[in-house]
Amino acid sequence: MGGSGRSWTASLLLLPGIVWLLIFFAIPMLIMLQMSLATGSFDSGFQLTWNFGIYPEVISQYWELYLRSAIYALLTTLITLAIGYPVAYTIAFRGGRLKNALLLIVILPFFVSFVIRTLNWRMILSDNGMVFGTLKDMGLLPPDFHFLATPASVVFGLTYNFLPFMILPLYVAIEKIDRRLIEAATDLYASRAQAFWRVTFVLSLPGVVAGSLLTFIPAVGDFITAEVIGAGNPQVFMVGNIIQRKFLDSLDYPAAAALGFVLVAVTMVLVTGYTRLVGSDRLTA
Amino acid sequence: MTATAAAPASTGAARPHRPSLLSRIGSLILPVFTAVLLLFLFAPIAVMIAFSFNDPAGRQNITWQGFTLRNYVDLWGRSQVTDPMIVSLVVATLSTIVATTFGTMIGLALTRYQFRGRSAVNLLIFIPMTAPEIILGAALLTLWVSLGVERGLFTILAAHIMFNISFVVVTIRARLQGMTQSLEEAGMDLYADGRTTFWKVTFPIIFPGILSAALLAFALSIDDYVITLFSAGHTQTFPLWVFGVSRLGIPPEVNVLGTLIFLVAFVFIGVQLWGQRRQGRSEAGPPTMVGR
Repeated sequence: MGGSGRSWTASLLLLPGIVWLLIFFAIPMLIMLQMSLATGSFDSGFQLTWNFGIYPEVISQYWELYLRSAIYALLTTLITLAIGYPVAYTIAFRGGRLKNALLLIVILPFFVSFVIRTLNWRMILSDNGMVFGTLKDMGLLPPDFHFLATPASVVFGLTYNFLPFMILPLYVAIEKIDRRLIEAATDLYASRAQAFWRVTFVLSLPGVVAGSLLTFIPAVGDFITAEVIGAGNPQVFMVGNIIQRKFLDSLDYPAAAALGFVLVAVTMVLVTGYTRLVGSDRLTA
Repeated sequence: MTATAAAPASTGAARPHRPSLLSRIGSLILPVFTAVLLLFLFAPIAVMIAFSFNDPAGRQNITWQGFTLRNYVDLWGRSQVTDPMIVSLVVATLSTIVATTFGTMIGLALTRYQFRGRSAVNLLIFIPMTAPEIILGAALLTLWVSLGVERGLFTILAAHIMFNISFVVVTIRARLQGMTQSLEEAGMDLYADGRTTFWKVTFPIIFPGILSAALLAFALSIDDYVITLFSAGHTQTFPLWVFGVSRLGIPPEVNVLGTLIFLVAFVFIGVQLWGQRRQGRSEAGPPTMVGR
């Protein structure tokens, strides 16, 4: 075990993939960091001037967008947890032979492009579309009611798109629970509610944490939902919308990079907390 | 939660044999809720399929006008529709092959060898999976800009291989960890050299893992919008094209291609389930995650 010949093999196995990740992930992150500290314009070129002032500048200008993104993502996480838990629980404990089939049915819609799904929701939920148009015709909603481009519509879209990211880790955690422990609790006169909250839920917490992280992080950085279901309304823009516009439309790279790095900082705090919780070798296992 | 509140009769050891009507209704809440949620998940898919058969008056395609198969026939001669799909298929195929190879190698190294810098390797694989996609895309854009690289097919390919490697490693590791090393040791004991043992013992065992990793990589690649947007330049992949042509309404051909993709996935998953049933393995593990 562990002779020098074997560690040679390990290095050779690691080399191509790790080099690829260094060149196309790690180094670009450093270049983006450097870009955030540069000044200049797209036409005259950017020079590194160690302009740390850009960070307080973008935060004071866009703090509302960070706050809004965090609130939308937090609401999305809580709603997906509340909806996803009963579903993961039902499939894990009552799915029987259909467990795998049911799980595949949960992820099947997500084989269709994210963009196409979101566009179709925009159509379904449009002012005179099949849901609200019908309700208006029936006189159940005022004719000027609209849902698209509201904060609720963006949270709705995020919830739909990230639901499987919550359900799958929850399922994995709940499925592992030894059901004799729950029986033991009820044998010891725990009510069903007590047995659920103090045994099942506690044992499924790793799934709750993993699912929340896997939902919150992509949700907080999302910009497609606010663009499509939010109908491009600046009142519901998230941080991702501004980053995308600054990078691809106004070509204001330093500010865009700084905005991106603040977002990275927020997610890194969460990921570091999670890493402490599970240990680094469990991350990719 | 809901079901627990509706079943007061079941407290304690003296549980009645015949459940009350209330608790029987209570026991239905969870399955019904699950079924309703599944229907909700399929709502946009159902609309997509229906409107792929719509015969719209203009480009809007918002209201139902009548049934037609024309959308399915008209599609094929038009290069502005088929070209982005071809680009996506090429990128997905190549990035899947490269990322699956590199990712499998890393997965083997992490499960079969001891080496220094393990935790650094783990972090380098984990962080790209958890960073918001817009950050991965934006960072790559700064790389292309500062190197003066023209964005196009090759930059898209580099990006897709990058984000796929991590997902492949995770999938392969899950497979390798469930496998004992005794079979490999048996091969070695029978005088097979390292290479023979790998190809005759290890590889056939992890092959299903490699296959599901490759499928996941393919699905992630063909669906990616965000990271691609920052590396594409003027090259259009399928998701970029869809977004571009659907600013006002969704043209029927978008729904047609979406329906065809759905059909392929549906058949594929059906075959996979049927295979599992035949093998009688209920311990197939959770299916892989697709569709960001």
